[in-house]
Amino acid sequence: MNFDPRFSGRKFTSVGTRPIRPDGVDKVTGRARYGADFNMAGQLVGRILRSPHAHARIIKIDTSKAEKLAGVKAVITAADLPDLTNGDAAMYDVLDNCMARTKALYDGHAVAAVAAIDARTARQALKLIEVEYELLPHVTDVDEAAKHKAPLINDAIFTEGLEEKPVKPSNVTKRSQFGHGDVHQGFGQADFIVERSFKTEQTHQGYIEPHACVANFSSDGTADLWVCTQGHFVYRQHCAQLLGMEASKLRVTSSEIGGGFGGKTHVWAEPVALALSRKAGRPVKLVMTRDEVFRASGPTSATSIDVKIGARKDGTITAAEATLRYSCGPYAGSWAEIGAMTAFACYKLDNVKTVGYEVLVNRPKTAAYRAPSAPMAAFAVESAVDELAKMIGMDPVDFRIKNAAQEGTRSSYGPVYGPIGIGPTLEAVKSHPHMKAPLGENQGRGMACGFWFNFGGQTCTDLNIGMDGSVSLAVGTVDVGGSRASLSLVAAEELGIAYEHVKAVVADTSSLGYNDMTDGSRGTFSSSMATISAARNAIKILRERAAQMWDIAVDDVVWEMGHAVAKGEKHGNLGKLSLKEIAVESGKTGGPIAGHSELVADGAGVSFATHICDIEVDPETGATRVIRYTVVQDAGKAVHPTYVEGQYQGGAAQGIGWALNEEYIYGKDGRLQNPGFLDYRIPVCSDLPMIDTQILEIPNPNHPYGVRGVGETSIVPPLAAIANAVSNAAGVRMTHIPMSPPRILAAIEAEREWSK
Amino acid sequence: MAGVAVSTTINGDSVEFLCQPDETLLDVLRDRLGLTGAKEGCGTGDCGACSVILDDRLVCSCLVLGAETEGRRVETIEGMAHGDTLHPLQQKFLEHAALQCGICTPGFLIAAKDLLAKNPDPTEEEIRFGLAGNLCRCTGYDKIVRAVQDAAIVMKGA
Amino acid sequence: MRYIRPLSMEDAVGQLAGSSGTAAILAGGSDLLVRMKGGFIEPDLIVDIKAIDGLSEITETGDGFSIGAAVPCAVLGESAALKKAWPGVVEAAKLIGSKQVQGRCTITGNLCNASPAADSVPALVAAGARASIVGPAGRRTIPVQGVPTGPGKTSLAKGEIIEAILLDKRAPRSGDAYLRFIPRTEMDIAVVSAGVNLTLDEHGVVKSARVALGAVAATVLLVEEAAQVLIGSRLDEATLERLAKVCAGACRPIDDKRGTVEFRRKVAGVLAKRAATTAYARAGGK
Repeated sequence: MNFDPRFSGRKFTSVGTRPIRPDGVDKVTGRARYGADFNMAGQLVGRILRSPHAHARIIKIDTSKAEKLAGVKAVITAADLPDLTNGDAAMYDVLDNCMARTKALYDGHAVAAVAAIDARTARQALKLIEVEYELLPHVTDVDEAAKHKAPLINDAIFTEGLEEKPVKPSNVTKRSQFGHGDVHQGFGQADFIVERSFKTEQTHQGYIEPHACVANFSSDGTADLWVCTQGHFVYRQHCAQLLGMEASKLRVTSSEIGGGFGGKTHVWAEPVALALSRKAGRPVKLVMTRDEVFRASGPTSATSIDVKIGARKDGTITAAEATLRYSCGPYAGSWAEIGAMTAFACYKLDNVKTVGYEVLVNRPKTAAYRAPSAPMAAFAVESAVDELAKMIGMDPVDFRIKNAAQEGTRSSYGPVYGPIGIGPTLEAVKSHPHMKAPLGENQGRGMACGFWFNFGGQTCTDLNIGMDGSVSLAVGTVDVGGSRASLSLVAAEELGIAYEHVKAVVADTSSLGYNDMTDGSRGTFSSSMATISAARNAIKILRERAAQMWDIAVDDVVWEMGHAVAKGEKHGNLGKLSLKEIAVESGKTGGPIAGHSELVADGAGVSFATHICDIEVDPETGATRVIRYTVVQDAGKAVHPTYVEGQYQGGAAQGIGWALNEEYIYGKDGRLQNPGFLDYRIPVCSDLPMIDTQILEIPNPNHPYGVRGVGETSIVPPLAAIANAVSNAAGVRMTHIPMSPPRILAAIEAEREWSK
Repeated sequence: MAGVAVSTTINGDSVEFLCQPDETLLDVLRDRLGLTGAKEGCGTGDCGACSVILDDRLVCSCLVLGAETEGRRVETIEGMAHGDTLHPLQQKFLEHAALQCGICTPGFLIAAKDLLAKNPDPTEEEIRFGLAGNLCRCTGYDKIVRAVQDAAIVMKGA
Repeated sequence: MRYIRPLSMEDAVGQLAGSSGTAAILAGGSDLLVRMKGGFIEPDLIVDIKAIDGLSEITETGDGFSIGAAVPCAVLGESAALKKAWPGVVEAAKLIGSKQVQGRCTITGNLCNASPAADSVPALVAAGARASIVGPAGRRTIPVQGVPTGPGKTSLAKGEIIEAILLDKRAPRSGDAYLRFIPRTEMDIAVVSAGVNLTLDEHGVVKSARVALGAVAATVLLVEEAAQVLIGSRLDEATLERLAKVCAGACRPIDDKRGTVEFRRKVAGVLAKRAATTAYARAGGK
């Protein structure tokens, strides 16, 4: 296969239109099946027992009473999930997170599980399991955990990335550094320098659908898993490895997914459900409660970030530096590293240095959350950039335009940029009516920029042409927000047929080759590339069949607007053959017609966005109201613009929640105080205004249609944009996210005291 | 624990079931009657994904006991379309792409139906406060509000 | 576990009094079912009081209003007479939970759940509402603030059920108002709240006043000193500032996941001021 992924300017027929999604009717009628909507005959109810302690050694687990309870069919502990990771440290962490082996490392860490005939019996069984703990000192704060005297979470961890190998273990698992030039010299050239420290609290992805799966382990050693996941192929690999199976013996079907945002990229309960099913010899359904979702699944990092930026009087940034500390939960991660890479990615800098520290804490294992690690770094950097602009006396947009990265700029994390959208988004913001709209009393306006890498990766699709000329498209990237519609549009575009004749489905792991998961904004980028490739392969066969039907050389047949056309004067009388006409005859011309594609999608174009928001602050209570919000982002090419807008709006809304109210609150006892939607406050409908969007299209040179990922960048600017708006409205610089009313009121009061 | 025998009406059909005294209407719908359109997002009335209409009142089915529905009328998402004709709200949700993952959609549609039944001509603010009991994490609510506004126009014209 | 739906108060009281183990009264269920789901309570008997005659009605009598224990808060908002007489009580009741919860939750349940942050309770206390209680020993009526005795605890004896909340007939030139602070616009528990109830004389001077604060102590506070600040005033700026100061001083709040001591003190005063201003306007004061 010699697929050419390079961008070629073309006129689109289907791409860029806004049809109704193929999974739509099922979703508005309640028929779509999500993780918890699947059942099997003889199915048991699985439940997990979780540690109430933040840090404790497990001395003994006595399951005998639970096992004797009528209706209990299996009870498991870590002993039922033996370590088969064979030195793979990352997989060992996954295993330990699924079921604590020697220590409970956070409030909510799984320690045992049961399968019983019904929920009530399972609940009772959990109460009968006796766990003897030895309580250990715990630490939940990222700055506290990084201190030398902090309680050690894992005494086998020595900080990596230091010049000298440390002699003592530490909660800091790794130091990473990025940048170029000489920041010391750069600061020496600065007329103005801003230096500040910032904190952000831990947030949860907050998907409305709790983790859910049905596991069916057969006595012949094969198994089926129905699960809500962002990556069923990855789940298959992980589950198979942890259970000692061959991957092909485990078929994973991804259900409709009720939100993931990065949080459904790791296995948690699935290996447990499989182990329960294996032991009980019956299917097991395991659904997390909301409390479990918050206590035991995917939060993002809490962070502590120091930023220093210097600029000349003319507004040129001379040096930029940041130190970023990110919590990882109790297992090593690379979250600060990503934060350090993204922090200054929007700017053209001669001297830049970022250092990241990964910090272990007694909190759930950090999971990806939409452009993971970037929003916090952007909050710190874009707050400081705003302050610096003010200090110099420049408009914050003009200041950013002056320093924005361009094509050819060496990015702060290394690579040299191709054509990019930071400048265009800033120019669009500068001329946007929102920037000129009048503000009322106690209102402030803020803006900020954001960057995300975007991923590509391993991708595989099958495109099958039925004998009636309709097209089945089987993809392996889970549809988290409308990608089946987008991919159907791409198939229709490439084949030259109507969207209505294409039906896209997400295939299970036994029906298609391996696909990386839907993360890194790769779903539409990668699978559209594979779809184009598969369609081109199908077209090649369609041309061959047409040539056969006409009895001419295939080289004389071209594909135009959904038809085979014979080229050359000698074929002048042959007319055209439609895809359908060729398909109808396929049984006689060589059998089924299909196109396949297996590729690694390289060259996901980087993505930039600039947001504007207006916030009103009640100076007597610290209450905030979002008055107006605008998102400007580069999509490369918007395949289905309505769903692109949806991604922009959704990311902005999540960012607004993060900026203003969402946070994990731990008590002194190390227990999570707010594991529910009542006190973990995601935005409700009445909290938000309409979210205006503007899609820019700066083609990605590495995709045939110019597509870039669009899913994640929209969550990067809001924390900073809102912090800048609140700071402008309240007259005091906010440095701690979320800017909850008590924090805002305290800052206003402190400022009043100070100015007295 | 003795089961409770319940006769009720669901989406216009007479239904009888046996449930445990502490079993919620949501569990009855999903686990006993196979009506999985109502979703459990929290089980504590905070997300609205399990919304149903009980005797003309919008409720969270996770906060109603199955036993309480004796002699009453329950409307769920499965009863919203007439045959293969979608309700205007369902149609507008599709046209406006008012759903991404779709897990909150059944709850939103039921809540919006109740809202428009009581207030056929709501302002944007009335829609936003009227739907505040339904959480959506994907859309930022923009397209949901627009779909409801558009459906209200269609329904008034009908 | 048993679920029963008695048709009379006598039957309900008898079943409750005669039960062994944990018994729970079910009206709207918006607190009870959440506690059952969380495993905080596993009642042996659930007494659904919604089928009891009269408990699902609001009655207007010569003395005022009787709001049956099973009347959902949504229905309070649909009663024009009640809304006109006691707008503060109705707005408080309407703030509890979402539309979904409104169709179920009751002010009696809100009172008996005995949360310091209950929305309707400060408004009811400010309004001087009373609870009509039926039990094995007969019927008794007490001020609503006598019902909750601490977080999650009430003064109700075994077998006792509140059958109705009673509100007085309104004197002329009266108004009440309730405000709460929440971080979002909906769906939150009050971080701090204030209910104010005023009656004015012909000249617009406050003749009588009641000020209640929520979520700033173990139970709702009726702040007598705050009422004294208002009485005799026309709610000028200085009076409102004094009110805010007195209310802030009366608070005995705690730091928790919803707010800090400082925040609650400060905002209690702000809300009292704003609620008083609204109540004054509703009473016809200018």
